[in-house]
Amino acid sequence: MTTSYPIKQGLFTRPVWLAIAACTLLAALLPILNLAFAEGHALHVSAYTVALVGKFMCYALAALALDLVWGYTGILSLGHGVFFALGAYAHGMYLMRAIGDQGQYHSSLPDFMVFLDWKTYPWYWAFTEHFWYCMALVVLVPGVLAFVFGYFAFRSRIKGVYFSIITQAMTYAFMLLFFRNDTGFGGNNGFTDFKTILGHSITAPATRAVLFLLTLAFLLAALIGARAIVRSKLGRVLQGVRDSEARLMFLGYNPLWFKLFVWTLSAVLCGIAGALYVPQVGIINPSEMSPANSIEMVVWVAVGGRGTLLGPIVGAFTVNGLKSWFTAALPELWLFALGLLFIVVTLFLQQGMLGVLSKFKRKPVVAEEGA
Amino acid sequence: MRLFTSLLVFACLCLSSMAQATIPPELLKPLSGDDPDARVAAVAQIAALATPEAAKVLQALQDDALYAAPDGKVYVVDGEQAYDPASGQSVPLPDGIDGVMVNNRLRAAVAGALSGLQLLAPQRTVRLAAAQALQKAIDPAQIPLIRTALARESDADIKQLLQVLIASANLHAPDAATRKQAVLALAGSSDARLLPVLQAMLEKGGEPDEAVQLAAIETMRQIKGRVSRMELAGNVFYGISLGSVLLLAALGLAITFGLMGIINMAHGELLMIGAYTTYLCQLFFRSYLPAMQEWYLLAALPAAFVVAGLVGVALERTVIRWLYGRPLETLLATWGISLILMQLVRTIFGAQNVEVANPAWMSGGVTVLGGLVLPYNRLAIIVFAIIVVVAVWLILNKTRLGLFVRAVTQNRRMADCVGVATGKVDMLTFGLGSGIAGLGGVALSQLGNVGPDLGQSYIVDSFMVVVLGGVGQLAGTVIAALGLGEVNKFLEPVAGAVLAKIAILVFIIIFIQRRPQGLFAMKGRSVE
Repeated sequence: MTTSYPIKQGLFTRPVWLAIAACTLLAALLPILNLAFAEGHALHVSAYTVALVGKFMCYALAALALDLVWGYTGILSLGHGVFFALGAYAHGMYLMRAIGDQGQYHSSLPDFMVFLDWKTYPWYWAFTEHFWYCMALVVLVPGVLAFVFGYFAFRSRIKGVYFSIITQAMTYAFMLLFFRNDTGFGGNNGFTDFKTILGHSITAPATRAVLFLLTLAFLLAALIGARAIVRSKLGRVLQGVRDSEARLMFLGYNPLWFKLFVWTLSAVLCGIAGALYVPQVGIINPSEMSPANSIEMVVWVAVGGRGTLLGPIVGAFTVNGLKSWFTAALPELWLFALGLLFIVVTLFLQQGMLGVLSKFKRKPVVAEEGA
Repeated sequence: MRLFTSLLVFACLCLSSMAQATIPPELLKPLSGDDPDARVAAVAQIAALATPEAAKVLQALQDDALYAAPDGKVYVVDGEQAYDPASGQSVPLPDGIDGVMVNNRLRAAVAGALSGLQLLAPQRTVRLAAAQALQKAIDPAQIPLIRTALARESDADIKQLLQVLIASANLHAPDAATRKQAVLALAGSSDARLLPVLQAMLEKGGEPDEAVQLAAIETMRQIKGRVSRMELAGNVFYGISLGSVLLLAALGLAITFGLMGIINMAHGELLMIGAYTTYLCQLFFRSYLPAMQEWYLLAALPAAFVVAGLVGVALERTVIRWLYGRPLETLLATWGISLILMQLVRTIFGAQNVEVANPAWMSGGVTVLGGLVLPYNRLAIIVFAIIVVVAVWLILNKTRLGLFVRAVTQNRRMADCVGVATGKVDMLTFGLGSGIAGLGGVALSQLGNVGPDLGQSYIVDSFMVVVLGGVGQLAGTVIAALGLGEVNKFLEPVAGAVLAKIAILVFIIIFIQRRPQGLFAMKGRSVE
């Protein structure tokens, strides 16, 4: 999978830029149409659709992050759900504090703490009433966890499936930890019943529109930023790690810091995706950290096409769109479909959907050389 | 010799008391009287006779079938028949008899005495249960009965229990010497419930005599020592048992992942298939062979091996073999397979857990060290794990297939060159690993719930065991499984089950950083 790019060229080719711009505009129209036209109007977009597409964009951001490490650096993480959920929990802490005494028990503490008969917040909840502190946590918690975990793992040259398995063990351990009531994150139920964000009602269509547009902006920025990274010299080294780490080391590079950089960046992006997810979906609980969820993220990337940046976004939308349709229309068949998707993609569509598309193009975006 | 003679005398006494077969009238008399203390005392004394007649009278008292004549004699009445316990004869119903009143206090005494009489039952299990029941609430009035039982008892375990019973009943005797003796007699016990009783003697207002207090301290020290040894033994046993479960769950994976390098995320579902095959075998036996129902497990073993093995072979032929050399893709494809298998089982059998019963011969347990119960099903799993490990070792090291498997693992190309049909060996090896997973499923079905999600709860653990043990190392897998089981059981009381599990996962993650090759790294040419 050696890829090469013409040296002096824009980040994307003109048609791709156009496609991205069209999609962005189309997406940005959704919340605006929702606000501008009353229900029943032909051009009205339901709040459900807005929330759904908003959720998909969060997933797409997470998939993009995962693709940076898997598709471009060859590190398959089966534990990205942890970073997603930690970002979500960090934001959720602020949202829980923002409920104030509007909860079920009308206490200044969150309901689950009242339930546990706690009198004060545990130490790690300190300052979480400040929005910006929580936003810092959204970046720092997944970032630091990924940095520490990655530092030790990459330093001892844990590669391939071993790395995948220990990331899976990590997310499993976190899930067990967060399922405990004593951990102080709401146990089984997690965080939910949010009321306000920065003083605005979280269910108001205008708030939702802002969140939606914010997510869109982050996704777009991440896409362009990631493209800039993979096109840079740094990105080439990353792809060198993917294609032949040993050769890269013989050439005098120390892969540790390259891998650590992209791994931490990916975790931070995932955390941001989680933080955007929480207010739009309205709940975060430990099942987001289950190994199955993290693997599902991997399949978004695989379906869309790993090693391309648009692929994971397309994949996240396709798989989750299918999931929404199946769970509504044919709920028993969804897992069959998902399972088949895994098998078909790995056996027949190794380049994913974008790979299929690029076969039909005269001038491929990504020029392929011999393997 | 002297011991022998005294035993002989004892036996004669017992026989003579049996032969007498009647109850002295002076013991029966108070029953029809008004003095509540005398009535309770009479019940205890009658019980202490420990004869079938005594049991009959007490049973009658409990069933409200004991009647008193105006002259104070009591009769056991059964319909039109009356039985005179004083003479041991059946007599015609006397005139003017009236039911003996039984109040709650007397009823409790009778119930205690009757359960005490079970100490004399011919079956060992009944006697053991009776002794254990008495341990919970001992009444000094029953001492004579327990002494009688002790004299007749032949089983060493029960004998010890009875001695403890007498001693704990004597703890509050008025005489300091008796108390001291009682305390000293308890030193041989390993019952943690005695500790608070002894502790109370040391506190203010407890035991006045200093010598007895000293004896109590020494006794407590001994009991504590024995209890902690028992706990240790219990932890070790349950650790081995948990380790065997992990081992059975991981052994198949040790072959497919460890030897062949296939990341089989559907491994958990192969366990589940084994468990469901057990369930089907049980259904089959229930419907067609109800007489042999107890032994359905023996049929389930080969069935589960074959079914899971065939599923494995099918997977290998259709999906996995196209993905050799691409471990990450294998991981994803097998995860997809696992989703499909789970949903398939859910569609066929429903999302609810199915009920797999333990055969009767697996319920119950053996008591060791005077109180530690080792359940038979846990013992069976340990034995089964040993058998499976030995079988796998034999297959890999002593058969032609094993030779081929090792050859292909070590150097696929060279094996191919010298004529080993590597494709066929791959298929058979994967089938073997899957079949062993099926066997693991049979074992798991006996321990926990059997549901479509059964495999999911074992997949992470299984991978941890194989990775920790070192890939390609059967011995490593065994030691890793047992080690994880032990560590888990010893952490659990300190940290709680969930935190213990998390601690172990963290430990493994750190361990792999230090030794990526696992506990038993391969040496020499097979190292990558």
